[in-house]
Amino acid sequence: MICNMKVEDIVGEYQEVTLELYKLGPRRILYTQIQTPFPEGKLIVSTTDIDGNITHVNHAFIEMSGYTKEELIGAPHSILRHPDMPPAAFKDLWDTVTKGEKWQGIVKNLRKDGGYYWVKATVIPNIRNGKVVGYTSVRRKPSAIVVDECMTLYPTLF
Amino acid sequence: MSYMFTVSPDFSPDRLSGWYIFNTWMQRQLGVDIHLELYDDFCAQRVATFSNKIDLIYANPFDAAMLVREKGFLPLVKPTDLLDEVLIAVSENSPAQTIDDLKANSKIAMTEDPNVNMIGMMLLESANLNNSNIEKNVYDSYILVAKNLLRGHDDAGVFLAGAFDDLSNMVKKQLKVLLRSEIDEIHHSLMIGPKLVARRDEIKELLLGMDKTEKGHGVLESLGFKSWTIVDDEEMEFMIDLMDTLST
Repeated sequence: MICNMKVEDIVGEYQEVTLELYKLGPRRILYTQIQTPFPEGKLIVSTTDIDGNITHVNHAFIEMSGYTKEELIGAPHSILRHPDMPPAAFKDLWDTVTKGEKWQGIVKNLRKDGGYYWVKATVIPNIRNGKVVGYTSVRRKPSAIVVDECMTLYPTLF
Repeated sequence: MSYMFTVSPDFSPDRLSGWYIFNTWMQRQLGVDIHLELYDDFCAQRVATFSNKIDLIYANPFDAAMLVREKGFLPLVKPTDLLDEVLIAVSENSPAQTIDDLKANSKIAMTEDPNVNMIGMMLLESANLNNSNIEKNVYDSYILVAKNLLRGHDDAGVFLAGAFDDLSNMVKKQLKVLLRSEIDEIHHSLMIGPKLVARRDEIKELLLGMDKTEKGHGVLESLGFKSWTIVDDEEMEFMIDLMDTLST
């Protein structure tokens, strides 16, 4: 079950907004303008079941999200959804992976402490014995140029 | 019946005799003839695999996908605590301090190692470098990659981290590491083909017990391994999916 963000978890000055998450309903989001740089040379890796609930996270995921492993396993992946990300990006993601195809995009993710980090995300369906049983998401460091382009583009997509 | 064993061509030359010792050990343990065939390059090895000549392989993660999905291979084990990491290095005289200092049209030295190059390109991508704006120079070995950095022929080199660590101290001192990956999820694996699948559990058990006997321990030492750790089918599928995400 996804929970509203708590004031006591937030670091720095924050803004508040309610996001309507696909299949999950409203979530109270508290977010700041503090960026965490992507850790050099690392990959953030997670897997989910077919409904988007997290089943595996690596250490870099835990470190960058700010949540504990216990908080993450079983939580919906949209726990990372940042209000600056246009809903069209996630619709495109789900439309693509449910067709059994690979999706790639530049994503601004939300941390537990209200901060954010940019990633280049690739999501692929996990196909076992011909059936999609879940999804693997791998996030790597995006180039600064591409992030700048997205910072200009994304506000126009709401 | 005899079987064919091969090793991904990216093994360290120092371990050549170790793989022959391992092959002899395997033959004695299993009571079968196994011929160790070592190929000079990745392409020749892939041709042999496609011709169904190979029954046992110490495979790099890039080839593992093809072996599982197209040739019916199954994983057995991986070396304990040995991961495939990649690094980007430059000559110590290079003005570059981070990969962000490498510019378009840089000359990048690399070998033909497919998984190393794929991860290397992923690391360079964050500096906005890609296949369309760099000049790739491919060499037969990591020693030659290092030499061409020192000669000033290339601006940066892509190394398998283990191979870089095995370079002499004199060479390493003249190189500067800009970035070392910390992926933690990618590794070589010992895998068996369809002709040996019936003996999979027996072979796995033998390998997992290797470090517990004096003889087996010595064989592992000759390979530079501490022990073997099991790789189950789902772990292999996960690594293949992960490699797939890195391929674009």
